[in-house]
Amino acid sequence: MRFTLNGAQADVQSHPMARLLDVLREECGLTGTKEGCGEGECGACTVLVDGEAVCSCLVPLAQVEGTEVTTIEGLGGDHPLQRAFCDLGGAQCGICTPGMIMTAITLGPEPTIDEVRTRLAGNLCRCTGYEAIYRAVFQATHLEAS
Amino acid sequence: MRTAVSALDLRKASSVDEALAILRDDAPRTPLAGCTDVYVSLNFGTLSGARFLDIWGLDELRGITAVDGGMRVGALTTHTELARSPIVAERLPILAAACREVGGVQIQNRGTLAGNVANGSPAGDTLPVLAIADAVILLRSAEGERRVPFNGFYTGYRATVMRPDELIVAIEIPPVPAGQWFRKVGTRAAQAISKVVVAAVKDRQPRISFGSVAATVVRLPRTEAALAGGAPIEEAQRVLMDEITPIDDIRSTADYRRRVCANLLARWWNGASDGTEVSR
Repeated sequence: MRFTLNGAQADVQSHPMARLLDVLREECGLTGTKEGCGEGECGACTVLVDGEAVCSCLVPLAQVEGTEVTTIEGLGGDHPLQRAFCDLGGAQCGICTPGMIMTAITLGPEPTIDEVRTRLAGNLCRCTGYEAIYRAVFQATHLEAS
Repeated sequence: MRTAVSALDLRKASSVDEALAILRDDAPRTPLAGCTDVYVSLNFGTLSGARFLDIWGLDELRGITAVDGGMRVGALTTHTELARSPIVAERLPILAAACREVGGVQIQNRGTLAGNVANGSPAGDTLPVLAIADAVILLRSAEGERRVPFNGFYTGYRATVMRPDELIVAIEIPPVPAGQWFRKVGTRAAQAISKVVVAAVKDRQPRISFGSVAATVVRLPRTEAALAGGAPIEEAQRVLMDEITPIDDIRSTADYRRRVCANLLARWWNGASDGTEVSR
């Protein structure tokens, strides 16, 4: 099964019904994507498929054939969102952070704080560090625009 | 994941005709669209079937088309597409409102309207909207197509009139009068499954439908008739209490649901604007 993973071609052997999450972590070795609830409630496993945020725990491998998948590793480590999360304490235990960033990256330019909250409604932080997360996303998305 | 994927059998259809032939010759198979319900069950090891048919790639089942004063929604149209559609915004804005309340954006990006219908949860957020809209479910099999009124689609808890060889191909929604109202009551504003969900139209012939208060989503013809006949709201509330059959479950209690339903009926009918009220 072939798809584009963070800009490079991926050729994987997993079962077509395997969860994209497991394929990424176990076959592709990209452990940045986390498993939280396994039922689409927490957003920890969020990745982009053809630019749209999805829960990779609810996507069968068969359905990403031929698509472009982007994970947190695809941002390279120095993305404005990644820097802002570090600078403003947006990450505490860190389990929700990759999912938060992969969802936040789909926000339009200069979102309002309300748009940030709504967009991130499907991402839960069990450390409850939401205010710092919103500040980081707000700063990064407004820096990008300026 | 508590289900061993090696035991699962998946076929992929490259056209609707091929999908229908597979369902005719090789059923039963659970159709896979956005997988936002199926994979939750797989993850918890509670899904009974192990045979699937992937229809996610069938673009002929996507899209929203304006038809007369209403619309036709392809089976694979996602909640995100419905929430963004100018046709939905103009003609049935409470459907867009309901779609924005389904899970988070990740679920809205994958979950489909027909999947919400096929899954048949009494708590499905879009279902009361389809009930008050008198929507029609288009079922197709290799033998042909039939149109089933949404309000006759369910026969019991998660049970429908669909045959194993049939696929939902589209949902037709006739024109709905203005004065539409939608309200979801959950544990928190976002990402919660409904304790009670309601859609209504305040018209000469009022329409009201509740989710999460019976084995299926329900239209409430006796409550509607009481309101249409000019009954005082207290009388309509008594009829409503007689017409719904909520239960205690992990999300709420029957008593709480009854109280909330009675309150929502009064708020809607007396014109409170704390739901998603749309006069169009």
